[in-house]
Amino acid sequence: MQVKNTPKIELRDVAKSFGSKRVLQGIDLSITKGESLVVIGGSGTGKSVLIKSIMGILKPEKGSILIDGEETRHLRGHARDLHMAKFGMLFQGAALFDSLPVWQNVAFKLLRALHVPPKTAKEKAIETLASVGLGEEVGEIYPAELSGGMQKRVGLARAIIAEPEIIFFDEPTTGLDPIMSDVINDLIVKCVRDRGITALSITHDMASARKISDKIAMLHDGKIIWTGPTSQIDHSGNAHVDQFINGRAEGPIKMQIRRD
Amino acid sequence: MNFLAPIGRTFIRFLSATGRLSWFTCRGLSHCVRPPFYWRQIGRQIIDIGYYSLPVVGLTALFTGMVLALQTYSGFSRFDANSAIPTVVILSITRELGPVLTGLMVAGRIGAAIAAELGTMRVTEQIDALTTLSTNPFKYLIVPRLLAGTLLLPVLVLLADIIGVFGGFLVSVYRLDFNAAHYISESWKYLEFRDVTSGLWKAAAFGFIIVLMGSYNGFNSKGGAQGVGAATTNAVVSASILILISNYLLTGIFFAG
Ligand SMILES: Nc1ncnc2c1ncn2[C@@H]1O[C@H](COP(=O)(O)OP(=O)(O)O)[C@@H](O)[C@H]1O
Ligand SMILES: [Mg+2]
Repeated sequence: MQVKNTPKIELRDVAKSFGSKRVLQGIDLSITKGESLVVIGGSGTGKSVLIKSIMGILKPEKGSILIDGEETRHLRGHARDLHMAKFGMLFQGAALFDSLPVWQNVAFKLLRALHVPPKTAKEKAIETLASVGLGEEVGEIYPAELSGGMQKRVGLARAIIAEPEIIFFDEPTTGLDPIMSDVINDLIVKCVRDRGITALSITHDMASARKISDKIAMLHDGKIIWTGPTSQIDHSGNAHVDQFINGRAEGPIKMQIRRD
Repeated sequence: MNFLAPIGRTFIRFLSATGRLSWFTCRGLSHCVRPPFYWRQIGRQIIDIGYYSLPVVGLTALFTGMVLALQTYSGFSRFDANSAIPTVVILSITRELGPVLTGLMVAGRIGAAIAAELGTMRVTEQIDALTTLSTNPFKYLIVPRLLAGTLLLPVLVLLADIIGVFGGFLVSVYRLDFNAAHYISESWKYLEFRDVTSGLWKAAAFGFIIVLMGSYNGFNSKGGAQGVGAATTNAVVSASILILISNYLLTGIFFAG
């Protein structure tokens, strides 16, 4: 019974600064197994920093990050690797390796970390590419030859091929046209919900947020200022959230001029 | 007292930069001796660093040997010391010019390429992506380059030695009318084993320095295209300076007394 009630991901009072710039200032967040949470917030509010802190790519100064109820902040070496194996991530710019053909990008983890034989790995890569709507021929070309939307699909295939328990999406639809955005949203819903994967996405695209989330949290000034079910987002009663989802220039959120 | 503050700040910045570089070096070295090893990556780097540097290194060595013979001739003929040319050429090439010039040329070629490639990978989040794919970026990106650089620079320098001496031979025989057989026997006469080996040890050190500075600057670059450009410049400049300084220190160690 214990396992059922433990959140898949839980953050308590997580803080992260760069020099004197305080980006995260005490984040509390909890995601149950199989749930899809979307964090919304303006550019430069620290959404990417939040995801990287959970994965351990960045080291927060303060707070707890629990995965399956286990504190992960101080894990190193093999114990860290075991947690990393649960994660998949789709990066904002897809972050494909441009020296490798698409199929080797998709199969990267199988080939380099899990030591699956190349033939099996390639078959699995082609199968995964098909599940994001890409044909076998795409596997042989190089990432630089693909459009932004195609790159995102390949990135998605790479993130799901090793069957992660938790998947992170960093602005999956930013920079795509509305139709391609919707294709990506559909793929995310299909790949994540159907497989029971726990998902944490960040975006400032409200159409995407509504489509792919069960729950929405808003990040502002280094804190989570509102959390609630997606159906409640229009009735949050929070002036910041209202301004953000309606995209108004006037309101409590002031435009940030400098990044740092 | 205020004028001391900038000095103190610079000093602290220097210390912390040195500390970061040392930590980076230790991490790189410790990953060199622990599995897994990415043999395919090591092979790729051997081809990139070794094979593709051959034309640059060969041309540099050839013309250096040739010009060395000419210069020595025009200088030494003033006091009838022409017979020393073969010795001057072979000692200068094997002890100094082979390793240093090869090191500087490879720093420009490989140091810059490593910094640009790793820098681009950093700013496009490819290095973070490696971590999420359960692959250690140090092992996958840096160890193969460190191994290839340290092992291959001595090979390149040995070839540069041979080509450089050959360049001196060509000029001496075809332009300065030396007797070929005599030139060759004179070359060997005063050459000691350690003249060559000291150059090869230097080469290994230079190879390590070149890859280390390229990797360190690339790995830590930030801020888009401009950041990658700065990382590339820093990699080449710092590697070149460290090569010249360590060359002096190593020469002192090898040939003291
Ligand atoms: N590695 C880093 N070093 C210094 N500052 C950083 C670093 N990563 C992010 N930042 C800063 O943290 C802030 C939040 O960045 P980010 O999380 O990328 O924003 P976003 O919400 O758009 O994803 C930005 O001001 C950025 O400049
Ligand atoms: Mg971001």
